Amino acid sequence: MSDLRVTPLNALHKELGAKMVPFAGYEMPVQYPMGVMKEHLHCRAEAGLFDVSHMGQVVIWPKSGNYADAAQALETLVPVDVAGLGEMRQRYAMFLNDHGGILDDLMIANMGDHIFVVVNAGCKDADIAHMQKHLSDTCKIEVLDTRALLALQGPSAVTVLSRLNGAVADMKFMDVALDVDLDGISAVMSRSGYTGEDGFEISVAADDAEALTRKLLAHDEVEPIGLGARDSLRLEAGLCLYGHDIDEGTTPIEAGLGWAIQKVRRAGGARAGGFPGADVILSQQADGPVRRRVGLRPEGRAPMREGTQLYAHAEGGDVIGHVTSGAFGPTLGGPMSMGYVATAFAGPETTIYGDVRGKRLPAKVTAMPFVPANFKR
Amino acid sequence: MKFTEEHEWLRVEDDIVVVGITEHAAEQLGDIVFVELPSVGNEVTKDDEVVVIESVKAASDILAPIDGEIMEVNDVLTDEPSKVNDDPLGDGWMFKIKPSDASQMDDFMDEAAYKKFIG
Repeated sequence: MSDLRVTPLNALHKELGAKMVPFAGYEMPVQYPMGVMKEHLHCRAEAGLFDVSHMGQVVIWPKSGNYADAAQALETLVPVDVAGLGEMRQRYAMFLNDHGGILDDLMIANMGDHIFVVVNAGCKDADIAHMQKHLSDTCKIEVLDTRALLALQGPSAVTVLSRLNGAVADMKFMDVALDVDLDGISAVMSRSGYTGEDGFEISVAADDAEALTRKLLAHDEVEPIGLGARDSLRLEAGLCLYGHDIDEGTTPIEAGLGWAIQKVRRAGGARAGGFPGADVILSQQADGPVRRRVGLRPEGRAPMREGTQLYAHAEGGDVIGHVTSGAFGPTLGGPMSMGYVATAFAGPETTIYGDVRGKRLPAKVTAMPFVPANFKR
Repeated sequence: MKFTEEHEWLRVEDDIVVVGITEHAAEQLGDIVFVELPSVGNEVTKDDEVVVIESVKAASDILAPIDGEIMEVNDVLTDEPSKVNDDPLGDGWMFKIKPSDASQMDDFMDEAAYKKFIG
């Protein structure tokens, strides 16, 4: 795996006994000796520490020095209200292509005089080029490639971090903070994550990453969590994985992410449209899409994995959709999937059928999240 | 006890052979969340896919190690698939098969050979 990139925590993962796998061009821990199931349950019960340093951290600096100018520029690429985002607040967004397809999903934060952006590892080179191409007239794009990103997630995350800096507890869900002193280490933090639990994402200099990780792991509540449990946690929380549940061929409306398009960017809003694919997205928002992303609860215990074809009936008939993510939910105690189905079959409690190894097994369309979120709003 | 290159173990009990997966296989698969067992009375041929195992990672097939008739299956695994991880050589057994050609058993490894095989 010599051509893979590594994060600043690579040696520590190996010291902790992690099983390492290639992921988005990086050598990453898929699980530690605890195992995926126990890691998952531990994160929901106490606190799990994730290395997400493979993700892209980027700053958009307005050349004028005014946040509003950076916001105006970014709003040409994303369908969300960037201008109206409160100072030191974070929001979910997506880059779009001209057909309204999703190029990547990302987090953006108003840091007062700049915008802080976190993008997916697998898309980051394309995202950076995209921002440089479209924003460079009014903004400078700075790639923070010498910083690590950790996530501490779970009900005890706030307890643990408060021991390092008591002010952390005052942050609310989707708040961000600059220059947080974590026992001598300077961090940029957000109260957010990808597990459905309360928790924080913590950006630190690469050189500080191992020291901070060791400090956090020293607390009894904290265990390291690999990509395996990260996937089952986010799926239970109903959160999309880019490249699986959303991609260039899916729009935010089909994906059920219309909530991320604030009123001001919708038809009739003060800054309606003005983002790539706006005509497609706004008409889907008005008329309804032909297919939708739904949650599925298969009956029995067999998981319906990614790629499973979905049918309306136990026998015969055409394919009405397919599964984009599927796994066993350790907290849910059963299998769960998400996928796309024709809108006629997208209503909650609709029974549809997935082809699992040549047998059509029933599954019920279910509202997501599968496991209730535990955010501190 | 005998072992196959597919990481199954076989234990002879009178004229019946009990089959399960090895500790090594269970560890490699990770937490097992679903086991689909064959029907009792099925006549199977060596290398038929007889059991499906789903772990938190992926689905895997368990092949029939020998020709014969499925005499009994470990139904407990349907509701408690984690028994395969907890006790792969004991409570995690999968099915019992009545061999139609006992000489097929001669091909398999003993414990020492299997340990060498998995390195």
